Amino acid sequence: MSSASPAPTLPVSLAANPKLSSWVKLIGDGRVAISPGKVEIGQGIVTALAQIAADELDVDIGRIDMIRASTAASPNEGVTSGSLSVQQSGRALRHACAEVRQRFLVAASERLGVDASLLEIEDGAISGPGNVRTSYWELASDVSLDHDAIAGATAKIVTKRTVAGHSVQRVDIPDKVFARPRFIHDCPLPDLLHGRVLRPDISGARLIALDETATRTVPGLIAIVRDGGFSGVVADSEAAAEAALKALRKGAAWSAGEPLPDEDDLAGFLKSQPIETTVIDLRTTAATTENSARTLRRQYIRPYIAHASIAPSCAMAQWAGDDRVHVWTHSQGVYLLRADLATVLKLPAENIVVEHMEGAGCYGHNAADDVALDAVLLAKGAGGRPVRVQWSRHDEMSHAPFGAAMAIEIEADLDADNEIVGWRHAIWSNGHAARPGRAAQPALLAATEITTPWPRMISTNPPAASGGGGDRNSVPLYDLPAWTVTSHRLLIMPVRTSALRTLGGQGNVFAIESLLDEIAALRGEDPIAFRLRHLRDERAKEVIRAAARRAQWKPQKQSGIGHGVGFARYKNTGAYCAAIAEIEGTDDIRVKRLTLAVDVGEAINPDGVINQIEGGAIQATSWVLKERVRFDRTRITSTSWTDYPILTFSEVPAVDVEIVQRPEIEPVGAGEAAHGPVTAAIANAVYDCLGVRMRDLPITRDKIIAAIELAS
Amino acid sequence: MPTIQFQLNGTAAAVDAGPDQTLLDVLRGRLGVTSPHFGCGAGECGACHVMVGDHAMASCDMPMWSVADKDIVTVEGLGTAEQPHPLQRAFIAEQAMQCGYCVSGILISAAALLKRNPSPTEAEVRTALDRNLCRCGSHNRIVRAVLRAASEMARS
Repeated sequence: MSSASPAPTLPVSLAANPKLSSWVKLIGDGRVAISPGKVEIGQGIVTALAQIAADELDVDIGRIDMIRASTAASPNEGVTSGSLSVQQSGRALRHACAEVRQRFLVAASERLGVDASLLEIEDGAISGPGNVRTSYWELASDVSLDHDAIAGATAKIVTKRTVAGHSVQRVDIPDKVFARPRFIHDCPLPDLLHGRVLRPDISGARLIALDETATRTVPGLIAIVRDGGFSGVVADSEAAAEAALKALRKGAAWSAGEPLPDEDDLAGFLKSQPIETTVIDLRTTAATTENSARTLRRQYIRPYIAHASIAPSCAMAQWAGDDRVHVWTHSQGVYLLRADLATVLKLPAENIVVEHMEGAGCYGHNAADDVALDAVLLAKGAGGRPVRVQWSRHDEMSHAPFGAAMAIEIEADLDADNEIVGWRHAIWSNGHAARPGRAAQPALLAATEITTPWPRMISTNPPAASGGGGDRNSVPLYDLPAWTVTSHRLLIMPVRTSALRTLGGQGNVFAIESLLDEIAALRGEDPIAFRLRHLRDERAKEVIRAAARRAQWKPQKQSGIGHGVGFARYKNTGAYCAAIAEIEGTDDIRVKRLTLAVDVGEAINPDGVINQIEGGAIQATSWVLKERVRFDRTRITSTSWTDYPILTFSEVPAVDVEIVQRPEIEPVGAGEAAHGPVTAAIANAVYDCLGVRMRDLPITRDKIIAAIELAS
Repeated sequence: MPTIQFQLNGTAAAVDAGPDQTLLDVLRGRLGVTSPHFGCGAGECGACHVMVGDHAMASCDMPMWSVADKDIVTVEGLGTAEQPHPLQRAFIAEQAMQCGYCVSGILISAAALLKRNPSPTEAEVRTALDRNLCRCGSHNRIVRAVLRAASEMARS
C-alpha cells in the first residue's frame, strides 16, 4: 500500500491505492487491463466494474481484460464483502479511468495539434477536426500512468454513460457454460500434487497421537505432514490422497474436545454466557414512557446457518525454497489472507504471493482462507511441487465458520391507542466476524492446530460505522419516539462463527419487522400504511409503495393464503428493499411468490441487480424454511445435504423484482439487501395465513403445529 | 487393473481403473475433463452430473466398472462457443447463474430431460432439476433458460 497522502476527495479505494497504473493499463493489441482489488464471487462484480471502465474510457467493453486480484500487483481493497464493491471499487475505477482519459486527451492534443476540448474518443480511437486521428494505444508510450491520481477528475454525467446503467451480459458466463476452466477447482498447475487434511469429528478435539504405518503403504503417497495437531497427506492423485487420508484417520487419537450447547435451547445458551455489552444507540424524547399503557415483550431466534457453498473450499500452494510461497485461493481478501499467512509462517509478507481464482459463491467467510493455510502447510512436504487441497463436504459443513445464532428481545411500550412510545431491542449473539488479516492473531483454522497453536479467534463485531455486526440493522429506520438498542456479544465461542451474508441484519430485520407487523395488527391498521406512517425517508417509502403496487397490495383474503411485508435499508446506509411474500398452507407452508422493490441508487447493471436480489430472496427463503446447523453435545451433525437440506427447484417461489431507478445517486451493492425483508415478509405472511406468530427460525411444520396448538 | 472402454463425448475412451475409482475421479484426473464438479461425493448435489445414455447421473459415486460400454456426455460434449447447444445459448441469454459452479451439472440434467421430453412443462423442469442444488438462488433463471432452449429446439 502506498503511504502517499491523497487529496481528500478521492474515492476511498483510490486514496488507499492512488497509482493509476495499479488500476488501469493500456496493453498491446488494442486492449485495456483493468485491475480491481475486489474479486468475483458469483455476484457479477467483474462485469459491473468493466462497464464502469468502458464508459469512462470510451472503449468497447470487449476490449477490457479484467485482471484477477493478486498481492503481486493489485490495489489493496481489503475484503470483497458487505455489498461494498460497486461503492468502493466502482467509484475508484470511475475516477481513475476518468483521469486516464483526460491524460490521454492532453497527450493527443499535443501530438495532433488540436485543442483537447475538440477531440472525441470512440472505442479508444481519438479524433478531431480535420480528420486527425490517434488512439490510446498509439499514445501509450507517451502517457505514463505511474502517477498518483489527483482529486478533481470529472467522471461522465449520467446521461453520457452508455454502458453503465445497462444490462450488459456477464463476462464470466460464457466460460462457465462452455466448460472452459475458470474455477480454482478446475485449473491444475503443472506437476500438481493433491493434499487432504485430517480433521476431528469431535468439536474442538486435538490430535494427540498418530500411527502412520498403514498410511505409508498407500500407493501414490508422497508425504505425511504433521505439525502438532495439524496433519495431512500429499499424494500424486486425488484418489490416492483420499485413500491415504482414510488410512491416516484410522491411526489418529484425539483429545476429548469441547462441549457444544443444546441445539434446542439456543436462547437459553446465548443468554447465559459471559458477554461484552455495548449500547448501540439511544434515542430519548420527552413524552415517552409515562404514556405507556402496556409493554409487549417478544423474543426472536435465529439459528446458526451454514454458508454451505456448493463447492468445497479449495486452494493451491507452492514453495520456492523454504521462505517463499505462492498461494492460489478463492479468498475474499488476498491481502488479508497474506497477512495471516505471514503471521503463522513467521515470514515477511513480501515473501508470500496470494493470487485470486474464482470459487463457488461463498456468501461470506467460509473455509476459503482456512484451506489456503492447509495447502501452504501441506506443500511444505511436496519438495517444491504445487499442492492442491480440497476440503470434504463433511469438513465444509462442520469446520468452516457458521453465521452466528442470535437471540433478540424487543420490548415495545404502547400507549392506550397501541402507538409505540418506547422500544428496547437487545441482541445476544457471538460476534459476526472473525476474518483473517485484521487482528494480531491469525483467524485461520490450522493456526489453532499447529505445534505452537494460536488461540481460536473469538468473533467480534465490526464497528457501527462499518454497519455493525450482531447489531447490524438493529437501529430502527422508523421514526419511533424513543429507543435503546443493546448488543451482548458472547466471549466464548463453542460453535465457530464468522461473517455470513447480512451478519446480524437478517435476524434484526426479522425481529423489528415482525413486531411492527404485530403492533399494526393490534391496531387493526394495514401493515404497509403503518410502516409508511412511521417513515420519514422518501426512498424508503417509495420502495415499499413500489412493492405494494407490484403485488397489488392487499389482495383479497383467501383461506389458506397469506401475505406479509418486510422492509429494511441494508446497514441503514445501503440498498433499500421491500418484500411482499405470498404463502399458502395449513401447517406445512409453501412460499408461492416474492415481490420485491429495491433502490440501489445507480444500478450499474440492472439485470445484475435483479439477479442478486432474486438470489438473495431465494437464499433467504431457504434459510427461513429449512436451515439450521445441527449438533449434539459433542459434534456438528449436519454434515451432508441430507442433514442440512436447502431449498430445491420445486420449492423455490416465483420472484418478481422491480428496481426503483435513481441514476443520479451513487450506487450501492445489492447482494445482501433482500435477506432481512424476505425473512420478515414470510413470517408475517404465516401470521396472515394461519394466525400464529413464528418467532423462532427456521419456520418448520413442527413449529407451526406447536404454535397453532398453543394458540388454540 | 481392468481396462474399461466407454464412449466419452462421442469418442472412444479406455482407462485402466481399480474397483474404488469413480467416473468423476477419472474424468477430472486422468482425462482432464473438468466440467463435472465435485460437490459432495455422495450423489446429493448434482454438481458432478454426467449424461449416461438419456439420463443424468451423479459421477462422484459411480464406480468405473459400471461405466463399461456406456455412452457418457459431459458439458464438453454438449456444444462449443462456435456451435452451442441450445441450452448453452439459453443460459447465456437468461444470464442463468450467479457463481455457476452448479451449472455444468444442471446443463446435463436439463439436456437429459430434453432428450426424453422435448417440451417439458415448468413443473417438469423443476422436478428434473430437484437433484441439482443451487446455493446462489438462480433457480428461476435456470428454469426459464431450460424452457427457452426447449422452445428453440421445437422451432428448429
